[in-house]
Order: sequence, then structure tokens, then C-alpha cells
Amino acid sequence: MTSLDLLGKILQFATGLLVFAAVVAVIMVVLDRTGRGEKRNTLQLVLFLGPALALLAIGLIYPAIRTSFMAFTDRAGEFNGMDNFVWMFTQEEALITLWNTVLWVIFVPTVSTAIGLIYAVFIDKSRGEKFYKMLVFMPMAISFVGAGIIWRFMYAYRSENYEQYGLINQLIVTFGGEPQQILQNTPWNTFALIVVMIWIQTGFAMTVLSASIKGVPAEQHEAAMLDGASPWQRFVNVTIPGIRSSLVVVITTITIATLKIFDIVRTMTAGNFETSVVANEMYTQAFRSGEPGRGAALALILFVMVTPIVVYNVRVLIKQKEIR
Amino acid sequence: MSHTTETRGRVSRRQRLELKSGRVKSTLTTRLASAAALVIAVLWTIPTFGLFVSSFREPDLIETTGWWTIFEHPGFTLGNYQEVLLSGSSSAPQLGEYFINSLFIAIPATLFPLVLASMAAYAFAWIKFKGSSTLFVLVFALQIVPLQLALIPLLQLTVTFLHPLMGGISDVLPFVPDQQYLPVWIAHTIFALPLAIFLLHNFIAEIPSDVIEAARVDGAGHGQIFLKIVLPLAMPAIASVAIFQFLWVWNDLLVALVFSSGTAETAPLTQRLAELAGSRGQNWARLTAGAFVSLIVPLIVFFSLQRYFVRGLLAGSAKG
Repeated sequence: MTSLDLLGKILQFATGLLVFAAVVAVIMVVLDRTGRGEKRNTLQLVLFLGPALALLAIGLIYPAIRTSFMAFTDRAGEFNGMDNFVWMFTQEEALITLWNTVLWVIFVPTVSTAIGLIYAVFIDKSRGEKFYKMLVFMPMAISFVGAGIIWRFMYAYRSENYEQYGLINQLIVTFGGEPQQILQNTPWNTFALIVVMIWIQTGFAMTVLSASIKGVPAEQHEAAMLDGASPWQRFVNVTIPGIRSSLVVVITTITIATLKIFDIVRTMTAGNFETSVVANEMYTQAFRSGEPGRGAALALILFVMVTPIVVYNVRVLIKQKEIR
Repeated sequence: MSHTTETRGRVSRRQRLELKSGRVKSTLTTRLASAAALVIAVLWTIPTFGLFVSSFREPDLIETTGWWTIFEHPGFTLGNYQEVLLSGSSSAPQLGEYFINSLFIAIPATLFPLVLASMAAYAFAWIKFKGSSTLFVLVFALQIVPLQLALIPLLQLTVTFLHPLMGGISDVLPFVPDQQYLPVWIAHTIFALPLAIFLLHNFIAEIPSDVIEAARVDGAGHGQIFLKIVLPLAMPAIASVAIFQFLWVWNDLLVALVFSSGTAETAPLTQRLAELAGSRGQNWARLTAGAFVSLIVPLIVFFSLQRYFVRGLLAGSAKG
């Protein structure tokens, strides 16, 4: 990088910030000049809400509608009816992609929530709880790309005549097995990728559930204890009901994140060896294979899969608003 | 396990004392539970630790021996880092340049949505208008529209409107630098808005109405109330959302792949790393050091601002 390049980048960066600051300053000055009254109130509303709503309309609502129509067109942009969906539900590769996404959505939310919950309960009120939490939470801060590289290194393979440097294969060899090309052997390679997502999401589940466990009133535990409930009974009958809403939130959040998973697959196998998922295939079709119609159809399927969760959350939100 | 046989009224003295002091230690935290927790903690830490150790090893040692044999096969070097960061040859990763891109993408892509979202959140919380709730629920619902659904048309919009517009500006005002980061900034801003508005609204709506009313009586308009009262009070919430947005943008690959040029001009670290992992997937000296370079900023943010990070996480999930 020459210093001229760097200077150019700094200039871009500074200009961007300055222009944005100027726009916001103008809005604030106009707001300051307007006093009270019905008409002015409308102007203020537009100034406060306008920029965000305009961006959402242009950048999210309009494109989402466009994509929905695009799902029914071919690579030339001509209407082709249900062809893209027929492709999705008949071609073997596309079916594998759908099936893999189902596997991800089954395993990632359940396993990471379960481990997160177990861990949160086990370390609750123990010495060094904060430190313990930090260790499991740390992967949350790491990018999917970084996590992908970390785990590719864990899965690294060399043929059995050589010393292994991937930890997993070393363990396999130590216990008398043959080293495996973990990321290339179907169907296990999909699970090898799922492990990475579980590794990342467990920290999230653990943190939220841990806070929730601490919110369960101590009196309930004491009462159960005095009634002679065993630790396990107290866990099932006091802790679990007490944290139910948090459990639901954790599972839905992780499910949504899992449905959209892209980076891990991209970095670790690029979707080869039958490991692709819907979000990755969407990118491949739309931006690599020149099939925007198929990409759009896949995006639409993703949306359909997420919709029940959206509806559920919106209903909870409306209920909250009514209570308020 | 001694508690299980206890019945009402036959509580031991020690137990009663424990109950009184409210420090009843869960019997689940037995030694077995501690051991299980330790196993999980170790399992979760080893992958990152292995990468960290490897990034300081000699390249030929990384690819012939396991990092856990480091004491049998010693040999530390900073060479991997030197090569990935500063190497002059064009085939080398030269991550330094991409590091700057990541920074110059992530900072505006954090500031822009936060400013716009806090303004919108204020309007939803404190300006009364017809259809306010409906509009707010709509914005919330947008939060879960998958990014993938918006990518293709948004990219087309960028090509048909933004590029000609930038071209026009540089024709008229040649001293304005070509804004190559702009599409990425805009995309990140748009995708961040629904969640940011929702989270900040939850916080801003909780500000006691007396405070706002008092300011109104003193003759302050919405602009002044927003700047002088709401923003300072909402700072903790804004900080935690900012950390989230920053980490999200720093760690993003998809938006970068679609909206940046993919060259050293604009591409962030994640994109370059994904490329390295793909094209020379076995060069572990470069990959391990490179991955760690990309981890450094998020880890610093994580360790120094952990409290806000967790707070934001809880705010986001408790009400979602």
C-alpha cells in the first residue's frame, strides 16, 4: 500500500463522516427553528423519522418485493412461472441444500441451548463464574470467517503415514482410528460445520439463560427445597418454568441466525462435498452462476422459513404494547 | 443430597441460617457439575488457543507437527505476522491494507445507523402521531426479513443510481474523492436500522415522562429535548448497540462480498481471509496469523467492553 492510497482512503473516510454530520446538523438546525403547532409537529416528525423510514423503504421493503417477483423469472429476466421452485424441489443438489438447512435448524438451536443451559446451571454461583462465562462466551466475538479458519485447522487432515497436526484427527489416531478427511466425507462433514455454529452460539444461550436463572426468585427454590425436592426436581419444576420465556427467545434467535448461515459454509467448504445450505446456495446462484431467479427463489424460501418466527414475535410484541 | 430427606419443620439449624442469609448454594454445583463445567470450558477454549499458539510457530513446523507438541518441537517466530501484515510481494496477503478497510467500513457503518435509529426511536417514543404503533411494529417485523431477500435489487439500485450519481459529482466537483466505501456503508446502515430502532426505542420510551414534560414546559422543542435530554440519558443503550453493530460489521462477510469491489481498494479483512482460506487453504502459517489479525479488534472490544456487550445482548433478547 502506498501512502497515496492510504491518503485516498482517509479522505474518503473523512468526507463520508463530514457529509453525514452536515446532513444531521442541517436537520437539527431546522428542528430548532420550528416551534410548536400542528403543522410544525408534522415537519418535526418527518425530520426525525424520515431518513430511517426512507432508507428502509428503498433498501429493504422495495428490494424484498422485487426479489419476490424475481423468483418467478429466468436468467434473462423473463417470467418462467414456477420453474425455479421446480428446480429447487427436484434437482438433487438443490434438495441436498434444503435438507442440510433442515439439519442445521434442528441441531444448532437445540444443542447450543442445551449445552448453554447446562453450563449456566453448573457454574451458577460457583467461584470464578465470570471467568468461566468469558471462556465460553468468547467465540461470540469471533467472526464466522475466523471461526471457520480455527475449525478448519482443528479438522486438518494428513494421510496416516504422517504425523497429524489437526487436533481432531490426532485424537482419532490416538484412539486407534484412521485419519479422516472430515470436511470432505459426506454426510459427516455437514455435522462438522454444524459444530462450529454450536461452538459460537452456546455462549449467547449461556449468557441469556444465566441472567434469567438468576432472576428466578430464591424463595421458590427455598420452598421447593423445604418440600423435599431433589436438585433435579427443583431444576425441572422451578428453574425451567422460571426461565421459559428466555428459553423461547434464545431458541428463536439462534434459529433465525442459523437459517441465514452463510459465512461458515463459505469459508470451510464453499458448499462443496454436499455441505451447501440455502443462504450459501442463494449467494452462489445469484452472484456466481448468473441465476438471479434461482437465487431469489432460494431467498424467498428462506423468508418463508423465517415467517412463522416473525409472526410469533410480532404477536408477543403487540401483546406487550397492549399491556403497557 | 442431605436436603432431599428433609421435610417441612425439620430443617437443620445450619440450613435455616443459610436460608436466612439468602446464600443457599445450589446443590447442583457439586464436584461433578464443576468437573463437567470445566470440561466444557476447556473444549470451548482449545480451538482458539491452538490457533493462537500456531500463529507463532515456524511455518514448516505448523505443517508437520501438532501445536500441542510445541515443547518437543520448539521454534517461535513473529515472521508469520510480519508476512501477512507487511509483505511487499503482490501475492502475499498484505492484510494491513484490508485491516484499514475494515476499520474505515466499520466506524461509519456503526455511527450512521445509530444516529438515524436514535432519531427514529425518539419519534416513535415521544412524538404522538396516528399509526405510530402500527408503523413501529412494521419496522420491528422488518428486522427478521433475511438480508438475502434484499441483496440483488439493492445491488442493482447501487449500480443504476449510486454510481452515476458519484460520477456526476466528481465531474462537477473533481476534488471530492471517489466514495468507494459508500455502497457498503449504506447497505450496513439499512440492514442495522430495524433492530437498532427497536432496541433504542425500548430504552428511550422508558425515560420518565416528567423529565420530558418539564423540558417542554421550559419551552424546549423536540430538537432540543432530543439533543440535550434524551441522547445523554440513552448513552448506555447507545453504547451497547454500538458495540454490537461494530462487531457485526467487522465480522461480516456477505455484505462485503456483494457490495465491495473485492480488491484491496475496499474489501475488508474477512473477505481477504475467506479468499485465502479458499485459494491456498493449506498455508497455515499465513492463515493462522491472518485469522488472529482479524480476531484482535473484536477480542479487544470484547474484553474491554464486555459489560456493555452483555447488557446489549440481554436487552436485545429479554424483550425480543
